[in-house]
Amino acid sequence: MMFRQARWIEPLLNELSKEDNVLEKVKLEGLPEEMVREKIDIPNLTETRIVRHFMRLSQMNFGVDFGIYPLGSCTMKYNPKVCERIVSTPKLKMLHPLQPQETCQGILQILYELAQCLVEITGAYRASLVPAAGAHGEFVGTLMIRAAIKDKGELDTRKEMIIPDSAHGTNPASAAMAGFRIVKVPSNSEGLVDIEALKNVVGKKTAGIMLTVPNTLGLFEKNILEIVNIVKEVGGYTYYDGANLNALMGKVRPGDMGFDIIHLNLHKTFATPHGGGGPGSGPVCASKEVEEYLPVPLIEFDGRKYYLEYDRPKSIGFVRGFYGNISVLVKAYAYIRLLGAKGLRNASERAVLNSNYLLSLLDKRFYEVPYGTGVPRKHEFVVSVGEALREKGVSAKDIGKALIDYGVHAPTIYFPLIVQEALMIEPTETEEFEEVEEYARILNEIAYRAYNEPEWVKGAPYNTSVGRIDEAKASHPRTMRLNWRNLEKV
Amino acid sequence: MVEFFKNYSREKLEKVLEKIGVKDVEDLYSDVPDSIKIRGELNLPEALNEMEIEKYVGRILEKNMVHNEVLTFLGAGLPLHYVPAAVESIVSRSEFYTAYTPYQPEISQGILQTLFEYQSMVCELTGMDVANSSMYDWATGAAEALRMALRVKGKRKVLVGENIGPERKNVIRTYLEPIECDILEVSYDDVSGRIDLGDLERKVKDASALYIENPNFFGIIEKDVAKMAEIIHREGGVFIVGVDPISLGLLKAPGEYGADIVVGEGQSLGGWLNFGGPSLGIFACRGDMTLVRQMPGRIIGMTTDLSGERRAFTMVLQTREQHIRREQATSNICSNEALMAVAAVVYLALLGSKGLRRLATEIFEKAHYACKRLSEVKNVMAPYFSGEFYQEFTLKIVGEDVNRVFSRMVEKKIIPGLVLTKYFPKLDNMLLSCFTEVHSIDDIERLVEAFKEVMI
Repeated sequence: MMFRQARWIEPLLNELSKEDNVLEKVKLEGLPEEMVREKIDIPNLTETRIVRHFMRLSQMNFGVDFGIYPLGSCTMKYNPKVCERIVSTPKLKMLHPLQPQETCQGILQILYELAQCLVEITGAYRASLVPAAGAHGEFVGTLMIRAAIKDKGELDTRKEMIIPDSAHGTNPASAAMAGFRIVKVPSNSEGLVDIEALKNVVGKKTAGIMLTVPNTLGLFEKNILEIVNIVKEVGGYTYYDGANLNALMGKVRPGDMGFDIIHLNLHKTFATPHGGGGPGSGPVCASKEVEEYLPVPLIEFDGRKYYLEYDRPKSIGFVRGFYGNISVLVKAYAYIRLLGAKGLRNASERAVLNSNYLLSLLDKRFYEVPYGTGVPRKHEFVVSVGEALREKGVSAKDIGKALIDYGVHAPTIYFPLIVQEALMIEPTETEEFEEVEEYARILNEIAYRAYNEPEWVKGAPYNTSVGRIDEAKASHPRTMRLNWRNLEKV
Repeated sequence: MVEFFKNYSREKLEKVLEKIGVKDVEDLYSDVPDSIKIRGELNLPEALNEMEIEKYVGRILEKNMVHNEVLTFLGAGLPLHYVPAAVESIVSRSEFYTAYTPYQPEISQGILQTLFEYQSMVCELTGMDVANSSMYDWATGAAEALRMALRVKGKRKVLVGENIGPERKNVIRTYLEPIECDILEVSYDDVSGRIDLGDLERKVKDASALYIENPNFFGIIEKDVAKMAEIIHREGGVFIVGVDPISLGLLKAPGEYGADIVVGEGQSLGGWLNFGGPSLGIFACRGDMTLVRQMPGRIIGMTTDLSGERRAFTMVLQTREQHIRREQATSNICSNEALMAVAAVVYLALLGSKGLRRLATEIFEKAHYACKRLSEVKNVMAPYFSGEFYQEFTLKIVGEDVNRVFSRMVEKKIIPGLVLTKYFPKLDNMLLSCFTEVHSIDDIERLVEAFKEVMI
């Protein structure tokens, strides 16, 4: 085995200092005495010790820069370094969002051009760059649907949002936040939306449908035009979850499929780093029919200057402070320009090729392919831990833990919910064929070992900075610790 | 242009295709209806190489006028603070920034411990017991806090201060619209600029929550907060306070005066302005499990590995979250602002409690010096409100149009503050100016001189 992660025994910051953190008394004119603070328990350490602390911690973390990170639906592709350098200019860092707009023409131009690019890539009419993440975009999109329905005076009747059972959890959560009732539509034996079931649930109560294309099994909804039609015919709106757009850039556009609202995840499709969980960015693109509901502000150009437009009477309004996760947006713009139209199409094709190649290399005795056998996958695919392994008590979690022991990241596990013991794998286009082959080899080796010595896989990982986590202790009310204080009272 | 097939000979590609069982990449798209397939290429601007894109974006961003090219006294929810070099050094470690949410905790202890320490620091600063590992920003944090209070209390009415930031007020309206509840504004006192307790008493009945900001949007310290807590608690409501985290180096923690939930903007903890984002939503609450179970966002907990010997960290209380609870989740939030939380914890560690006290004190003194100097300028009324302030204060221009004064200041390469009329129509001819450690005494004198010149 070639991987061994650092195992620093690195204390918490507050354990590095035993000093009392009582603050110096202050008496300032104009400061109400009853509001003066006396104590803050934040340690006072030297820069040397602090830098070492975080550098040691960084060595106990794994990112795309260290190896393949094929979390399905998360699109962990390589993040071009030049994009990081482009945003590290004082010309952006020191720019206040409330400055007069004539002093912000540079950034407004970049944002305007990015919005144009996203509109072209999705086939939509207009784009808002404001949402901070994909789920935020979903909430915005479902609020737009709500506003459109309200406008037609149908808010009392159209309360149902149709969502396939294979959808990301954010879809039902977002729609529920926007006040909709969720109607689940099952997948058919091919892993696609069951058209007959869909026909049965649509009607006057239908607000719309939220669809991820390709879906979370990595399958393109081949009946997409029919699905869109069925929903539109009953007066519903169509929402495209762009989490998986990485399969389709330059090949086919959600707008051309007939979708009204589309959100994108710039941190997935357009290569901005995931930051250990964020910041992301989730622009929302809208068709001509619903663009008037987009959140404010939009960025406009009058032929002479760029400006923020707030005067949009039908807009759902403000959805966050200021205008978006700006530096993320600039990185995504740079990425789009680096690739260009042909490069984006190539990226998608290569992502799909890598995914199908990886699937073709897996030992199907151990990894079973649910739904649509033989149908090409798109940028990701799902396998379930096979019968042979399950009989030995081996779970998807075990396979994941064994994978990280090889210095590669695990796929998304236990998702989608319609597949038992699921492994959802998305290699992305930035992995070379050799890397894909190596990942397949590791997966097959783990399966073989798991079959012959299941205890080994159930005990994994061994080479990471800590062994398998005691999740029960972490979540038990008596042992749960949520901050560095003694948390008896929690 | 990036070419994803460049490293491969035709032979390798053919071997791959053969293994998959197709003749051409296009065959992998055979299930896409022909009628909607793109013929040709997308109509995008031409591709640029790495050097060209850097030059191109650089040239456009050059048009921005940023702080110091134009001396800026804007705060209004996002005051400019200095970012120590060590913060940038650590957040640019690609172990952190090229990772994702720690779904595999054993290989992600670095970010997990860091976020746990971030949560701990937020608890120390705010006086709360449980913090999440970030929201998108202050405004969405405040809105989610109110939704949380509505879930816990169930009475469809909430109160917000009239003197909170307009950004927050607007986002709260959008977020609460689907809930169909009443959002009532508690007026501020026209003289002091503080929340009017009498108005709070009049409106508090049946309210699920009260949201105020401290300092409030006018920069004024709300000192009757203990009383407010008492009033809203008497009605069984939740007391939510929005803060500027750096002010907590000097001002009492909301936990000390009865807050149940604290939110705030953490971007200024180790993040540059960046035209307003990436931001960092601070979110923390009391350790009351009925509250904690309704919290939005990721929470990191401390545990051990199964050997029981090594301390370890992992995501906890996930049954609140969308990937498990779906439409029953407390929030839809998934991606958050984790890297900004990393910046924040490094920043707070570098300052320590003493540095934070010094910084907040320096800011307080700078703002008060500026106020005193500006009050000496003819026809400038500073501060306009009588309430004690922290780093920001309102000033009224007498006998001159504020917009004209503002334009002439900009010509002199000074942005003196925010013109308030657009946000608070009744505050005619007024500015909101903000002072922090980035402003030198010379900068303040330049502002004063400029006022004197344009006010003639």
